[in-house]
Amino acid sequence: MKEKSKVRSDGRTNDQLRPIEAKIGVVNRADGSALFKIGKTIAYAAVYGPRALHPKFLQNPEKGILRCNYNMMSFSGSGERVKPGPTRRSREISMVTEKALVPILSLEQYPNAVVDVYVELLQTDSGTRCAGISAAAMALADAGIPMKDLISSVSVGLVNGNSVVDLTKEEEDSEGAVDIALAIMPRKKEVTLLQLDGVLSKDQLRKTLELGIKACEQIYKIQQNALKEKYKNE
Amino acid sequence: MGELLIKDKEIVTPGQVLAVGMDYLPAQNSFREGDKVISSVIGITSVSGRLIKIISLRGKYNPKEGDTVIGKILDMSFNNWFVDIDCAADAVLSMREVSEFVERGADLSQYYTFGDIILVGVSKVTRSAIELSMRGPGLRKLFGGTLMKVNPSKVPRIIGKQGSMINTIKDSTGCKISVGQNGFVWIQGEPEKELIAVDIINLISKEAHKEGLTDKITSLLQEKLGKQNEREKQSEK
Amino acid sequence: MNKMIRDHIISLLEKDMREDRRKLLDYRKPITLEYGVSSKSAEGSARVRIGETEVVAGVKLDVGEPFPDTPDDGILIIGAELLPLSNPEFESGPPSIDSIELARIIDRGIREGNTIDLKKLCIKEGEKVWAIFLDIYPINDNGNLFDAAALAALAALRDTRFPEYDAKKGKVNYEKRTSKGLPLKKLPIMVTVSKIKNKFIVDPDINEWKSVDARLSVTTTEDGLICAMQKGCEMQLSLDDIEKMIDIATEKGKFLREFLK
Repeated sequence: MKEKSKVRSDGRTNDQLRPIEAKIGVVNRADGSALFKIGKTIAYAAVYGPRALHPKFLQNPEKGILRCNYNMMSFSGSGERVKPGPTRRSREISMVTEKALVPILSLEQYPNAVVDVYVELLQTDSGTRCAGISAAAMALADAGIPMKDLISSVSVGLVNGNSVVDLTKEEEDSEGAVDIALAIMPRKKEVTLLQLDGVLSKDQLRKTLELGIKACEQIYKIQQNALKEKYKNE
Repeated sequence: MGELLIKDKEIVTPGQVLAVGMDYLPAQNSFREGDKVISSVIGITSVSGRLIKIISLRGKYNPKEGDTVIGKILDMSFNNWFVDIDCAADAVLSMREVSEFVERGADLSQYYTFGDIILVGVSKVTRSAIELSMRGPGLRKLFGGTLMKVNPSKVPRIIGKQGSMINTIKDSTGCKISVGQNGFVWIQGEPEKELIAVDIINLISKEAHKEGLTDKITSLLQEKLGKQNEREKQSEK
Repeated sequence: MNKMIRDHIISLLEKDMREDRRKLLDYRKPITLEYGVSSKSAEGSARVRIGETEVVAGVKLDVGEPFPDTPDDGILIIGAELLPLSNPEFESGPPSIDSIELARIIDRGIREGNTIDLKKLCIKEGEKVWAIFLDIYPINDNGNLFDAAALAALAALRDTRFPEYDAKKGKVNYEKRTSKGLPLKKLPIMVTVSKIKNKFIVDPDINEWKSVDARLSVTTTEDGLICAMQKGCEMQLSLDDIEKMIDIATEKGKFLREFLK
């Protein structure tokens, strides 16, 4: 029996993503902005910059810096209210978001400047950091910042021994599940974000990452279409 | 040997492969990676011969020496004004680069102060700062009128060939208009005519890369000014 | 605040004109209100757009101890965060005084308007009551966050449905939502009337907002009664001004209330 035909608890096949909605220019005061919705996870991203960075001691005279801030709205989680403000988790996600995006940016042309990226989650239903990164990449493009490529991101993993993409919360929490947050530069298929939770063999990992890269490529097409869509009508 | 993967005047995204092979050369907003030519921004392709250029639809102003820009005084030190021209770096206007003679130790705010809007030239661009100068014909503080902003990439279309577009707007609305290369546009005239000029410039900005824009603008100007004349006649009665 | 823009706005107002050709007492168009924008996670949520200004609000419920001085009243806590996402001038960090002002102005209107019958939120006097946490976030600030936020807050309360509560275990089951809504008694609507020089306007866009000399946020209920007011900015207002502004706010309140349907 082919793995592809296995059906998951929400009816999806192993390589199927939840429904995605991607839109550009959702915050008109920002230099660039985007919305990325996957399943019920809804992420907004807004980019301000490049702009002068103050205070001066933070400036880098060799190149501009990228500053990412990931935040969940208090009512965005399915359990209790989340107290406002940064947590250790959100600060880590801010950091890996920045590391995932920096490789595509050419910031040497903006010495002493900063590019600020703000990611806000309106609703969270797994795959949040990936949705934030996919939204942020579109927002950076919308801001006109020169980029080598977009970054496309999705979760991938092992559930009941099968490699699957875009895990639900239920799948993440299931017995023996492996959950990987993955982000790639689609053209070169190079990895800029990789976080893994779980236990698996190297072979299983390779198979799972290959599936993940294909899924990221699907997301890439959606991101490109969303960007072109905005300007087709202008 | 080479293959062009896009047409002229096509919308492309960052990372999109434009051509394969060494025949084609990356110009503005594109780069080479191995044998591929790739776009670095969201923009419109412009292919002329072997050169592929991408006209960016978005992005901050990129200062160039010789540009005339419109800026706002943000701050001042004892010998410099710091000017916001909406780009990535701080812009500086030295006290020696204004047409007035400013004495050493003078209070700079007596000449230009916080919030003043100035029409100024970019004299030098270095890695650390952008130097401005107000020595030049027409460069001055702007009084009255209104200020609007468009994306810098639209400025050439707003000005038009040899200034044809902007002059049409000036003549028909009777407004004084200064266009900064950084996307700020200053308009001064009768209030109703100012609003018409703002609408027209916003329209050009929105449809900059479409065909038939000049005709559309001319007829829209006639229509709006016609309506305004009607309104004025009515209120005189 | 930029003098050129301000002078321009004033010269337009003197001719009863605004930059976008609106009348002085007109709200921008379109105004849209969506319920349930975060319905999987929030017990109640809403999004309001007035022109390009956009605000979302969400409600989370929990069960806890009442405040000692009101043992049979439920708890209502309203917060707002001026996200740097929504405006280049907002900074990251602890709540600014502007975000506190926004939250408290809206709180005033909803609490004093007796919008929610807090007594009906009592489960066991002195021990267990429902607590309502209402959080407000701007997505895009193009002026007049106040009115958009107040409307989104009220809409989020209307959208709220209680989750199941296991009284024996004393636990809320967020996975199961009932069809029971909050005990809402009134629909108070906030309208901020702004004075620039000697002209009154409503719904300032971002340039007008920065040019406002004095503003009065007035919250009125369906029966035309005032339940909260707050003056902002630095210019003084005469009693005559205040009366005029209240009249404008009452009338515009009726207009905005229609969007809740």
